[in-house]
Amino acid sequence: MELNNIEQLVQKYLEATTSIAEEKKLQLYFSSEKVAPHLKQYQYLFQYFNQAKNETSSREIPLKPRKNYLKWSSIAASFILAIGFVTYINNQQKQNQQEALQAYYQTKAALQLVSGNLNTGASKITHLKTFETTKQQIFKSNH
Amino acid sequence: MNQTAFLNLVSPFKDKLYRLAKRLLISNEEAEDATQEILLKLWNNKGKIATYKNTEAFAMTMTKNYCLDRLKSKQAQNLRIVHNNFNDDSVQLQKQVEHKDSLEWVGKLMAKLPAQQRLVMQLRDIEHYEFSDIAKVTNMKETAVRVTLSRARKTIREQLIQKHNYGIK
Repeated sequence: MELNNIEQLVQKYLEATTSIAEEKKLQLYFSSEKVAPHLKQYQYLFQYFNQAKNETSSREIPLKPRKNYLKWSSIAASFILAIGFVTYINNQQKQNQQEALQAYYQTKAALQLVSGNLNTGASKITHLKTFETTKQQIFKSNH
Repeated sequence: MNQTAFLNLVSPFKDKLYRLAKRLLISNEEAEDATQEILLKLWNNKGKIATYKNTEAFAMTMTKNYCLDRLKSKQAQNLRIVHNNFNDDSVQLQKQVEHKDSLEWVGKLMAKLPAQQRLVMQLRDIEHYEFSDIAKVTNMKETAVRVTLSRARKTIREQLIQKHNYGIK
């Protein structure tokens, strides 16, 4: 390519008015060995661009859906917590009921014991009556 | 969309994202982190991918925004980016030491440009985007893109000339 043409392109390049195709031409010219001495500094520039284009990232992308896992595990955890709470409350209630029933039976048994004893006591009271009548008789005879 | 379909969609421009991130953030590790972050964001929103007109441009815009945010937070923390990994394995192909130095020098000069100029130059001179696409990614007008690019190119040229005349004139 003519040197004149290249110089014009370089000027346009600096003004940022070159098209992609024109920049490709410049790239091609500066990657060749026959670069005019006064344009040498541009050669480094374009060779740097060429080299920089080939740089690649070396890291793999870890595509694990971390977010989902966290969401589900939190739901599961709250579920387990709720179930635990409910069963705990249920158990507590059952235990209370059992205790109340036991207390009821115990009181009933105790009351029955008392009333039974009371009844035997009451049957003995009839003997008191005979005592009373004899006492009356004695009082009557004394008068 | 399953993993392989996603990877097939992403693989043509994955390295472009990385190169853009590296141009803006300079550090290799930061750039790798940024690329991973952007790709994971895309993957998590994979349901919406079909609604994007141009997934590549969208991903590039995301990368740009992410990197500029990173730079801002760095400035706020008063931290400087590490400028120690300009070495590139492919440069070993070059025979002359001086030549290699000069190529690295261009990279260092570019790193000194303002972030916006770096961004535009990366997209145009390295990825060969059309001006209309650059305008979309950078959210600038085409004329503004041209002005920014022209400034960047002229700055680099001035500094290259200075470097080469050093010790001669």
